[in-house]
Amino acid sequence: MNYLTVLSSLGGGVLIGLAAAWLLIFNNRTAGISGIAAGILPPWQQENAWRYWFLAGLIISAPLWKLFGGSVQIQINAPLLVLAVAGLLVGYGTRLGGGCTSGHGICGNARLSVRSMVATLTFMTTAGITVFLVRHVL
Amino acid sequence: MNLNLSAFISGLIFGLGLVLAQMTNPEKVLAFLDIAGNWDPSLALVMVGALLTLGTLQRLISKPSEQIQDTDLQTCVNPKATIDAKLITGSAIFGIGWGLSGFCPGPALVSLTAGLAGGYVFVAAMFIGFLLFNSLHRGR
Repeated sequence: MNYLTVLSSLGGGVLIGLAAAWLLIFNNRTAGISGIAAGILPPWQQENAWRYWFLAGLIISAPLWKLFGGSVQIQINAPLLVLAVAGLLVGYGTRLGGGCTSGHGICGNARLSVRSMVATLTFMTTAGITVFLVRHVL
Repeated sequence: MNLNLSAFISGLIFGLGLVLAQMTNPEKVLAFLDIAGNWDPSLALVMVGALLTLGTLQRLISKPSEQIQDTDLQTCVNPKATIDAKLITGSAIFGIGWGLSGFCPGPALVSLTAGLAGGYVFVAAMFIGFLLFNSLHRGR
């Protein structure tokens, strides 16, 4: 069921890299999604407008892509309870670890930060073990 | 450029990248993480593309880390920063959540316009996770 998607994966990666460079150039900010999203809490804080605008652009991308004839496949097979637990872990874990796939995985690693490399190896490993347990053991 | 406009454009390009790479599809992400199964290594290429692009552009613009207003990044590029328990524990917890769902924060937010209950539940829980961290760790 899974196909190797070389061009779209590479192309998507290039766009993500461009977006991160753009935010660095014009906003002096790192495109770490968990940090940007968590930063809107509490919502009455000032000087957070750019975060809302970034998230608005992010969220509007899928319908815009569809508008121009692209297809957006989102297949969620996990039960809602599992998704709730997973969301909690992702929210808490990314703040405790100071970044996610974008902040550590892309921005931090691109700056050759050892902390980000360790973080990336750690979350890749526990994610791999979790998938192995769920799909092949349980 | 207006800071809000440039942030909007960055978010838009970022989201289009996620959609094009199909990182917004949890099943595709799980297939990447499932090395023992029908492994789909495509998403490693997303990282390759992003790191090469950002790495190259960063070199060209050569912006010093001190100019970047981001405490997480300041911590990360600080040569004196050490690998601490928070970094490892937090990343490990994040990985478990990622592996359970196939969602990391960006793709989960992009999924909000798809009208799927699973996406809403995940994002709501993620923000509760952010709040949980704030209430447990802020001001200590």
